[in-house]
Amino acid sequence: MRLGVRQCAAGALLVAALVLYSPTLGAQGDNDSFSTALSALRDASFLDKEAIVGRLAESGHPSTRAVLSALVEDRLYVRTADSQVFIVKSTDEALAAWELVDPVSLSDRGSAPRDELTKIGTNNRLRRLLKTTLARFELASPDPSVRLAAVREVLRSLDDATVAVLRERVGTEPDSRVKDEIETGLGLAALDGSDSAARLAAIAVLARRTRLEVRNRLAAMLERSADGVYAESDPQIRAAAAAAVRSIDRRRTVYSALEVVFFGLSVGSVLVLVGTGLAITFGVMGVINMAHGELMMLGAYTVYVAQTLMPGHIALSVFLAIPAAFLVAGTAGVILERSVIRFLYGRPLETLLATFGVSLILQQTVRSVFSANNRSVETPSWMSGTLQLGDALSITLNRFYIILFTLIVFAILLVILKRTRLGLDIRAVAQNRGMAQAMGVRTERVDALTFGLGSGIAGLAGVALSQFTNVGPNLGQSYIIDSFMVVVFGGVGSLWGTLVGGLSMGVVNQILEPYVGAVLAKISVLVALIVFIQRWPRGLFPQTGRAAESH
Amino acid sequence: MPFGRPLLPAMRQDRGGAVLLAGLVALSVLVPLLNLAVPPGSPWHLSTYWLTLLGKYLCFGMLALALDLIWGYAGILSLGHAAFFSLGGYAMGMYLMRQIGTRGVYGDPVLPDFMVFLNWHSLPWFWTGFNHFWFALPMMALAPGGLAFVFGWFAFRSRVTGVYLSIITQALSYALMLAFFRNDMGFGGNNGFTDFKDILGWDLHADRTRVALFVVTAVALAVSYLVCRAVVDSRAGRVLRAIRDAESRVRFLGYRVESYKLWVFVGSSVIAGLAGALYVPQVGIINPSEFAPINSIEAVIWVAVGGRGTLIGAVAGAVLVNYAKTYFTGALPEVWLYALGALFIGVTLFLPRGFMGLVPGTARLIPADGPRGAGRPIRSELGVSAEGKAK
Amino acid sequence: MSGPPPELLGGKALTLTNLTVSFDGFKALDGLTLTVEPGELRCIIGPNGAGKTTMMDVITGRTRPMSGTARFGPAIDLLTLSEPEIVDVGIGRKFQKPTVFEQLTVFENLELSLWGDKSFWRSLTTRLRSSQRDYVDDILAVIGLASQRETLAGTLAHGQKQWLEIGMLLMQEPELLLVDEPVAGMTPQETDRTAELLTSLKAEHTLIVVEHDMDFVRSIARRVTVLHEGRVLAEGDMSQVQNDPRVIDVYLGA
Repeated sequence: MRLGVRQCAAGALLVAALVLYSPTLGAQGDNDSFSTALSALRDASFLDKEAIVGRLAESGHPSTRAVLSALVEDRLYVRTADSQVFIVKSTDEALAAWELVDPVSLSDRGSAPRDELTKIGTNNRLRRLLKTTLARFELASPDPSVRLAAVREVLRSLDDATVAVLRERVGTEPDSRVKDEIETGLGLAALDGSDSAARLAAIAVLARRTRLEVRNRLAAMLERSADGVYAESDPQIRAAAAAAVRSIDRRRTVYSALEVVFFGLSVGSVLVLVGTGLAITFGVMGVINMAHGELMMLGAYTVYVAQTLMPGHIALSVFLAIPAAFLVAGTAGVILERSVIRFLYGRPLETLLATFGVSLILQQTVRSVFSANNRSVETPSWMSGTLQLGDALSITLNRFYIILFTLIVFAILLVILKRTRLGLDIRAVAQNRGMAQAMGVRTERVDALTFGLGSGIAGLAGVALSQFTNVGPNLGQSYIIDSFMVVVFGGVGSLWGTLVGGLSMGVVNQILEPYVGAVLAKISVLVALIVFIQRWPRGLFPQTGRAAESH
Repeated sequence: MPFGRPLLPAMRQDRGGAVLLAGLVALSVLVPLLNLAVPPGSPWHLSTYWLTLLGKYLCFGMLALALDLIWGYAGILSLGHAAFFSLGGYAMGMYLMRQIGTRGVYGDPVLPDFMVFLNWHSLPWFWTGFNHFWFALPMMALAPGGLAFVFGWFAFRSRVTGVYLSIITQALSYALMLAFFRNDMGFGGNNGFTDFKDILGWDLHADRTRVALFVVTAVALAVSYLVCRAVVDSRAGRVLRAIRDAESRVRFLGYRVESYKLWVFVGSSVIAGLAGALYVPQVGIINPSEFAPINSIEAVIWVAVGGRGTLIGAVAGAVLVNYAKTYFTGALPEVWLYALGALFIGVTLFLPRGFMGLVPGTARLIPADGPRGAGRPIRSELGVSAEGKAK
Repeated sequence: MSGPPPELLGGKALTLTNLTVSFDGFKALDGLTLTVEPGELRCIIGPNGAGKTTMMDVITGRTRPMSGTARFGPAIDLLTLSEPEIVDVGIGRKFQKPTVFEQLTVFENLELSLWGDKSFWRSLTTRLRSSQRDYVDDILAVIGLASQRETLAGTLAHGQKQWLEIGMLLMQEPELLLVDEPVAGMTPQETDRTAELLTSLKAEHTLIVVEHDMDFVRSIARRVTVLHEGRVLAEGDMSQVQNDPRVIDVYLGA
């Protein structure tokens, strides 16, 4: 028929109306289709649920994200009475009634007791789909760490759709880390393509990454099946992949070496702390204190006691335990010096025996007071967890803090010895007791304080140790031999020697462990030290000159 | 005449030694009598429990003797001597395990139970020959002696002395303990060896065998004493005492100090090893905890309590302290460690010469340690010589 | 070793060339060069810290020099030998501080110093021969300690300990005797006796004596070497050295 003016006007009016009204119409329609889809979720099979989720995602409805995340977190429920679908705010079992949120408008809708609600269930496949879908949403989030997590999630199950999403994102992504991640993902996807140039380009990009998934994906291309056929037929691509794998492996080795070193440093730090206390009593005073390990144990138990007294404030308890442990162990040391050791100066072998007796008594006392079982000590939250540096290097925080702690204690000790009056007195008495006495230094007091200082540091070592391992009466015994070896290795009387010696012993032990196991590593270190001492009896930093000569 | 001195006149001067030997002879007669001839109902009967205990004491006496030889006379404080004791014990244990044969739980004629349990198919090479006593016996001396030789060769040649040496002997025994605890070493892991059946065909559970072992131990202790006495009374013994007191001065007299220390160390380790070898069949078990540093240090306290540098004191101290241990761990177990600790402290502070120091006339024999307090440079005691190494 | 050490055939008894010993930067010996003729009695004097004891330490193998050579006789390089080996070639030393073995008797101290096979196994099995016993008694008479034969060396007076040290040195029958401050703490009579003893040893043995007591030095020495700051300052007979302006400067100068 021929369109007359009237028809055209009506048609235009209709179109205009549709255009103007369609959002609301669309919205209203959207809301309706949204709720319909939601209700369908109630009785749908898992396969159907997947389809529904897909539709919900494509709907572009503003509440989609909330609904989908509720679903994946098992927070989407149906009220049995009226078959209405609701989002539940929190599924805490302790609550008698759960608060409900309308899934379409996201407004509160009161609450309902648990037994009136039925969960809308999910299975693994559905959850994966939900996660990917949600990730797509998160790719647009303003927070870069959210975007990063989203990209990683998406990379786990790449498909054409997600590749497209990533591709559109990569150009506009401002954050470099997220961008790298997207490029990795796109590179991995491109590997499956057919365009050689694109694949080579992808390999070039991937070669710069360090992640294990990337490496394995490239290495898989080099695999041969049983009859000698390569997974990847193109030799040029294979060569590029092989080179990329090598380069990734190199970088990974470096990172894992760094991790081993870090770990070793943390183990060594404890050795340094224990050894430093011993270096002072042994190296400076010539006293062999076999109870040194038990003084460390006292420090560790101080932390345990502090935590028992302040159960709610773990972080505070550790902070308070540090000076407390120093005082407890230091005081014990002073008492030990005044009551036993001062009568045995000049007789190191007998000091050894007497202090061994003290160590037995201390161990048994702790056993009687605290029971013979090991006790666990909690690590404060700010000290737990890991710091991730780059793709392959992760640093556990508690170990990091222990290294820091050790360095701080060492620095403070150096300041005390070099800059304070006490330190001067200590050094004077160590070098020439008679002369020091003649100059008016009260050597007896200095002796007691020196011993107390060394013992206090042992207490601090116990604090550090408590963050690693369980606290028990035998704690000292496992460390006493190590600490002597550290002092002897580093050179008696040298604090720097103890630092270097302890740290290197820790690192060497860590390097050996993966190859020969913990016990053999320990044995090898001991044997190596025994051999080392034969060759360099005075340690790494020996004291030279007349002061060190025997008769 | 070996060792340069006729025996009996020397004995006349050595009253303590005479007492010890007489005592051992008496025990060798009385113990079989009281155990085998006297019926179990009688109050004079010596129970198997006491028989084993006395045998243990004698073995510890031998260990103490070995330690006194090097500590009291040569000034070498070994904090790892229980390692040599245990090595000898393990050698005996290996022989005894091979003797079990098919009577073990798994009934394997060759492999001991623990190896079957670990799914091993053949004996490790170092077990060969241990089914023969004539091989096992020298090994009981060679295993500890060999280790002592290697260790001493390196340690003494590098002139490591004093406290340093003591610490590395402790580290050595600790390392051995860790090693023997491992299940894959082939020494029974943390369970060690046990469930022995017989020795040289004699049933280990029979009183007759136990009595025989006891007498052998008494004889071994007596012989060890005589050997140690001979060494100590010879010129070598005087050189050793000189080394103990002023080591570098002895070098300047032309003596190879390292060589003296090495041989006496090896000899001492052999005595300790044989003591351990006699210990194991009497107590019926050997496990890696025997290597624990505390055992070595306990041996040191036996010698210190008795009075080092007297030989007799060492044996007496071993018996005394172990008797106290038996008593305390039976009656008041928690108190034992306190008592032991107090013993360490008390003896070093108040009885530096041990109980023998209380016996008049023996003071001269017991080495006094350095002067108390100031005066003597402490570092000279730390025992690391500043002298250059000769090529 | 079997038999006494070989006689020195011509040449010098001791040749030290350019010895340098440094402790942590402090030069105890700084290019020390010295020779001693066989059968000579040389006295070494010098202020404290001049290097006298360090020089003896180098000769006896106690300290290794950083550079320089030390030769005994025509051919024996002392720097390659250990302390006992140096004793074996015939060098004996009496230390500055008497280091006798306090827990052994005077007799036992001397017995230990006897020249002869000193291996462990020998010492274990050997007995004192009557000729050796007589020799010990002879030395006891010379050093005047015959009545203290069975006393513990630790209970001797200081001067007696010095004598015991000298006795131990004599027992070794060395070719070269290094005597470090023999008369410190002795009475005038003892000092005279020591001077006699040392002079009597001269022709058949070579002696190097370190002393501070100038009268004593004058009474025994023909040739004197003055050490200062680790090197030889002056050498000559007593009057030459005493009148040497450099020596006067060092001993008396500001």
